[in-house]
Amino acid sequence: MDLALFVTQTLNGLQLGVLLFLVAAGLTLIFGIMDFINLAHGAFYMLGAYFCGTVLALTDSFLLGLLIALPLTAAAGYIAEVTIARSLYTRDHLDHVLATFGLILVLDTAVHWFWGAEGMAVPSPSWLSGQVGLFGAELPTYRVAIVAVGLMVAAGLYLMVAHTRLGMLIRAGAANRTMVQALGIDIQKLFAVVFAIGAAMAGLAGMMIAPITEASIGMGNEIIIVAFVVIIIGGIGSIKGAFIGALIVGVIDTMGRSYLDQLLKLVMSEQFAETAAPALSAMLIYIIMAAILVVRPQGLFPPRTR
Amino acid sequence: MTARGELIGAILLLGALALGPAVFPAVGQPFLVDLAHRLIIVGIAAVSLNLILGYGGMVSFGHMVFFGIGAYAVGIPAYYDDYSAFSHLVALLAAAGAFALITGAMSLRTKGVHFIMITMAFAQMAYFLVVSMEEYGADDGLILYGRSEVPGFDLGDDTVLYYVCLTCLILAIFAVHRIVGSRFGMVLQGARSNDRRMQAMGFPTFRYRLVAYVIAALICALAGFLEANRNEFISPDMMDWTRSGELIFMVVLGGTGRLFGPLFGVTAFILLEEYLEVLLDVISPGLGVYWHLPFGLLLILVVLFVRGGISGLMGPARA
Repeated sequence: MDLALFVTQTLNGLQLGVLLFLVAAGLTLIFGIMDFINLAHGAFYMLGAYFCGTVLALTDSFLLGLLIALPLTAAAGYIAEVTIARSLYTRDHLDHVLATFGLILVLDTAVHWFWGAEGMAVPSPSWLSGQVGLFGAELPTYRVAIVAVGLMVAAGLYLMVAHTRLGMLIRAGAANRTMVQALGIDIQKLFAVVFAIGAAMAGLAGMMIAPITEASIGMGNEIIIVAFVVIIIGGIGSIKGAFIGALIVGVIDTMGRSYLDQLLKLVMSEQFAETAAPALSAMLIYIIMAAILVVRPQGLFPPRTR
Repeated sequence: MTARGELIGAILLLGALALGPAVFPAVGQPFLVDLAHRLIIVGIAAVSLNLILGYGGMVSFGHMVFFGIGAYAVGIPAYYDDYSAFSHLVALLAAAGAFALITGAMSLRTKGVHFIMITMAFAQMAYFLVVSMEEYGADDGLILYGRSEVPGFDLGDDTVLYYVCLTCLILAIFAVHRIVGSRFGMVLQGARSNDRRMQAMGFPTFRYRLVAYVIAALICALAGFLEANRNEFISPDMMDWTRSGELIFMVVLGGTGRLFGPLFGVTAFILLEEYLEVLLDVISPGLGVYWHLPFGLLLILVVLFVRGGISGLMGPARA
């Protein structure tokens, strides 16, 4: 096996993994604490990319783009919570799915209105344009930076949840909502804050991927389904589960796409392997998710109390 | 039982659909026939989803996968120049039945949000399988060069196919009516209200649910079979997850667990889809492309404020 290719693919897998984590973390928090299915969470990923791209086009600074787009995406999440999600917490999951499906249509069309149907190319920052050498592989600095930022956010999120007052409330809210409320905590405000944080993290993922793939209208709908796979695998409501699930899904998906055909050739004819591999690698993460749901429906790392 | 208003509405609607091919061209709107034809076929799919979602409480988020399977059961044999409806229906029964039985048996072990997600996962698997089948057109789909051949019938005639579809729709509604009223349907609805109690009474609710799941899948596959014949074109887009989302919306819009609910929901959805764009363009030319915006808002408002859907507006369900 070519070591350089393997290192590159591992990096790509990790990159997909951390991006998935940023989206899935908000999703799992919102579901864990509020028992709310937010299909429109991917829309914040898309909004982040467009906000950042717009600021970048105006100011020519990627960093400034991030700094301005983050609070904007958080604000979008806050508004979505106050106007729509808030009235739905007491309803069943079917209503959540439908209302947020409607929200996807609204936000996708709003983006179409403001930015046009074409995608928006976002240039990557010039100070991250180089390459880093590792085990004979030349890795783009920008991708390494994405992984680093993603890991830092994960660590920051862990510190916040484990060691701050807000984090304590989040854990308490996930364990027993009614009790938190009975203790005099403004649960409405907590929900809105969690929604905004989740939106900002998804937005950050969108901002970081935009220079690689460009910002486009369908981008949120592609990642949201995979993010759901991640939180199902990891255990709904668990941040640790979301992190490990995201890395598993990111690495397996990337590796499957590059190595599955070689693996299949060991056990079947070359021709058949070449036709079966693309299909199987696209289905791989769904197969894993279905298997986990059947064997261990609560996921790999379910939150301790519900 | 069905509320009187709902029954009258359904009879008027079905009557309009039955007269459609004669009336619409006469008043200079021949394209309405095509619209009505699509409505009938999607209606069959919605009726089938209502059986498991409305009466069985199973929120399947991948129901349109069976629509796709039904369509490919026509397309793939036709690709090998086999146009016999018999082969198509055998392929449909085998493929949709096996897929529903296997995935249903696994999905029904889960509940709530996990059920929603696992049905979506299975639908995605089938979707990606079809997308990767280069031989059968992959993403671009397949064009059919003829329709299924039934001895004694000419499905190639649009009007004949139209009435075959309408008959299927009425039969599907009647079948759901009979199922829901039967002992089997009572167990199914009992399991929706309180699964544990039904089990305590000795009903193996898992088996009842699974059978209902397979029945609904086969009816939906039949709708896919008809759609492939109507459009003479099939593509993986028919089984995309957003299609399943739309189908759920139609059922909820019409009123879940109401016999004619899906029919009203599909009618409202298809008319909106068709005319919202035209309406917006009348207000301001060029605005039409953004029709998804008011459509999405409407969806949100319906979920927030209209309980019981269109059927609910026509009167409460009588016990």
